[in-house]
Amino acid sequence: MTAHPKPWGLRESYLFDRHVIAEIQRAAREGIYDVRGFGAKRRVPHFDDLLFLGASVSRYPLEGYRERCGTDVVLGTRFAKRPLELKIPVTIAGMSFGALSAPAKEALGRGATEVGTSTTTGDGGMTPEEREHSETLVYQLLPSRYGMNPDDLRRADAIEVVVGQGAKPGGGGMLLGHKISDRVAEMRDLPKGIDQRSASRHPDWTGPDDLEIKIQELREITDWEKPIFVKVGATRTYYDVQLAVKAGADVIVVDGMQGGTAATQDVFIEHVGIPTLPATRLAVDALQELGMHRRVQLVVSGGIRSGADVAKALALGADACSIGTAALIAMGDNSPELEEEYRKIGSAAGYYDDYQAGLDPAGISTQDDELAARFDAELGGRRIANFLRVLTLETQTLARACGKSHVHNLEPEDLVALTLEAAAMARVPLAGTDWIPGADGSR
Amino acid sequence: MTAVAAREAAVEVVDLEATSLRELNQRLHDLAGSRGPAAWRVLNPNGAHAVACGIDAEVDVEVDGHVGYYCAGMNKRATVRIHGNAGPGVAENMMSGLVLVHGNASQSAGATGRGGLLVVRGDASSRCGISMKGIDIVVGGSVGHMSAFMAQTGRLVVCGDAGDALGDSIYEARLYVRGSVAGLGADCVEKELREEHRVELGELLLRAGIEASPKEFRRYGSARQLYNFKVDNAGAY
Repeated sequence: MTAHPKPWGLRESYLFDRHVIAEIQRAAREGIYDVRGFGAKRRVPHFDDLLFLGASVSRYPLEGYRERCGTDVVLGTRFAKRPLELKIPVTIAGMSFGALSAPAKEALGRGATEVGTSTTTGDGGMTPEEREHSETLVYQLLPSRYGMNPDDLRRADAIEVVVGQGAKPGGGGMLLGHKISDRVAEMRDLPKGIDQRSASRHPDWTGPDDLEIKIQELREITDWEKPIFVKVGATRTYYDVQLAVKAGADVIVVDGMQGGTAATQDVFIEHVGIPTLPATRLAVDALQELGMHRRVQLVVSGGIRSGADVAKALALGADACSIGTAALIAMGDNSPELEEEYRKIGSAAGYYDDYQAGLDPAGISTQDDELAARFDAELGGRRIANFLRVLTLETQTLARACGKSHVHNLEPEDLVALTLEAAAMARVPLAGTDWIPGADGSR
Repeated sequence: MTAVAAREAAVEVVDLEATSLRELNQRLHDLAGSRGPAAWRVLNPNGAHAVACGIDAEVDVEVDGHVGYYCAGMNKRATVRIHGNAGPGVAENMMSGLVLVHGNASQSAGATGRGGLLVVRGDASSRCGISMKGIDIVVGGSVGHMSAFMAQTGRLVVCGDAGDALGDSIYEARLYVRGSVAGLGADCVEKELREEHRVELGELLLRAGIEASPKEFRRYGSARQLYNFKVDNAGAY
């Protein structure tokens, strides 16, 4: 092999690194923006930037594996006749049939049901498989209203009005034509094979005053039985949460910018919204200021990967977390076992994000019957259940270390931050100091 | 006449000044699983929201007065007649049945409706038939801007004029307008009005109880140029 003439003289540009160069070249070649799945890949302040202090002389820990640490959570206690009673504080986020295969949706329901938590429909309606295998199912009301009908509304256990999602706050959706199978087309009342655009605004309401009336209608149709969630992508979180509470939400779902998507412009994923960490703090601030913290429950999503993430979100004041991307990975997405097949479609295990393409060798983000048939819904369900159990055990481990008999007893006082940014965003002290940047009350 | 038949034949009158909206809707919903009055009359709605929404029964409901948002929302099988004006989202996401507004309708009338017939005798405001998915809508007067935006399937008949951006980003819905169209939205074009269209238009007008000659209408629909993203169409997005 010939040695490079300047082995130590090569210097990659920070501004124009190899990824940027490749993207410029791709854009010039194709003339269209990059659309992909997954969530934000850039580094942003996250729960990794926080640490638990753990018990010490002044704090008494619980005995691991012996002393009980509760994990149950009730969502929707404000107005609904039938709140959701979940055994663990982690739920499955909304992901559509269309974006995901029917067996993948079934697996999510199986796994969630096994551990006593909820799963959520998506932009495309409710499938019978999903309903059958999900003991607790949250039904999303989205701007597109694909598949929306009053029978499924009544079959649901809760209703989630989706105002936005973390990957694309202010954006609609798109399901590219090659993922539109006969069944997806029928459920969405559209011809097969065409790109399906989901609007970014709801068709029959605009603004918080209208939202309040829309929620009233949903309650009337379902006889005030179902909890009503309002999901927002994290942007002006403080105000969004207050307005959603004013509009009558039982539960607020805040999805940070790391939240996943099946198909969105890369520029949107990486450049719109705020991270989950500050969004959690802002949401809790908003609820506390209204005197509604814990009365209106808060679910946080967007980049939740571990029990550490869950525990930190709960410590900041969330009632539960939701997982999406991590759930797909748990089911087999990006598995090294599929390395060869990822290579064939120009990707690699650990990098695969082309959920929009419908060529997923794992059979998860596809509508191709052959690929979907590779996915074993029972095995996928077991993996989801296993992963949810691990998240719960990890959360309990951290809570016990802080002396808490319930995961909801975790509190900001248990946390410190590793960076100035995280300290300011989470409003906890920088580790080793009592300094909270911005703690003068300015928001 | 048996006692049951007599009860079903009687008109059940509910005065919203004396009865809560919740009680009215609950009683209407209870008809889905049991027998009950087949004819209802609602007095003094006074602009209340969500009146008679979520019905799943073959009943007739007469509403005497103006209603607020989402009257007859998600209706299945029922006939709801509103003797007044209707606020935003009347008959939104309707599945089947008939909703008739004798006055005018505010914006988003029949939004995302999947079946049934919505008739507005007066005018309908902006976004009439937005994202419609199979509903038929007949408007005796005119419709506002952005009507039939992203309309998927179903038919919208406008006996008066249509506002700007009619049928923007339309899919397979069919639009018929008798008067002028201020402007067509992206990918919406005028199409030939053939005999089969005159026949279906005539049937719709007949069902709506509106006298008009199908020959006086023009037909609009999708050019199908934006169904799959092409960079050459970037200017249209």
